[in-house]
Amino acid sequence: MPHDHHDHDHLSPSGHPFRADNDAPLSYWQTMEIAMRELLIDKGITTASEVAHQINAMDSRSPADGASVVARAWTDPDFKARLLADASAASLAMGFDIGPLKLIAVENTPQVHNVIVCTLCSCYPRNLLGLPPDWYKTRAYRSRVVREPRRVLAEFGLNLSDTTTVRVHDSTADMRYIVLPARPDGTQGMDATQLATLVTRDSMIGTSLPISPSQPT
Amino acid sequence: MDNQLTQKVRVRSSMPPGHIRTPAYLRGKTGTIERVLGPFPNPEALAYRQAAIALPLYRVRFTMAEVWGAQAEHPDDTLDAEIFAHWLEPLDT
Repeated sequence: MPHDHHDHDHLSPSGHPFRADNDAPLSYWQTMEIAMRELLIDKGITTASEVAHQINAMDSRSPADGASVVARAWTDPDFKARLLADASAASLAMGFDIGPLKLIAVENTPQVHNVIVCTLCSCYPRNLLGLPPDWYKTRAYRSRVVREPRRVLAEFGLNLSDTTTVRVHDSTADMRYIVLPARPDGTQGMDATQLATLVTRDSMIGTSLPISPSQPT
Repeated sequence: MDNQLTQKVRVRSSMPPGHIRTPAYLRGKTGTIERVLGPFPNPEALAYRQAAIALPLYRVRFTMAEVWGAQAEHPDDTLDAEIFAHWLEPLDT
């Protein structure tokens, strides 16, 4: 039974361990962030509500935004051409406020599978897809996917044939990347809104494929 | 390297200190220009709040065989990275 723990002294009434309070002293960088923010507010360069608004704006971005871009590309060949030529301009044209994001879309085909990483830090198209998953920022993913991408993808449940070329894209400088996955089979009758529900976050990073309408979810 | 599009390039193999956005695992490796980007301010100066000259940025494509040698998982798979012009040397082919 999930709640049948032996040491009940450290468990909440729900049967789960209590989470420790964050009573530890601030780290150097937490202190620096607070000091910098307070100075910027004191000097009238920004305001606390502007900071809160920006956090809110970032939290409101999600993979659903990227999914609607992908679904549009699947249903509108002109848009797909514009997306592959300039993904920032195409995303802006759909009304997404991506700020200064410089985006490149890389297309999966029957011959090519693309996967995105940032080996130097954690670059990610946050202004379109929201915050990256924790695993994307781990040393394990960042170091392994450039060295043994097929093995990493297999751990995500994606087994590619030897005839498919894997292209790993390391976001080392100013550009960010989104994978344009291939449209799944069996989706002929679906419109862009329905198609967008098949596009997962990981399929836009390249660690999985979109949901197939025939596969159980 | 100047602003010209050169097909085959080698990444410089030096290891200077500082904020370098040329990954160490690609230094000394040979690849081909996939596309030209930029110019973008040189991050090596930008990181220290120095005047940063805008430099051409290139997407360079390497084969896994070139990057990892005999250890490559699949030699024909590729690795693309953005490398600033001053890290690239044109190769005569």
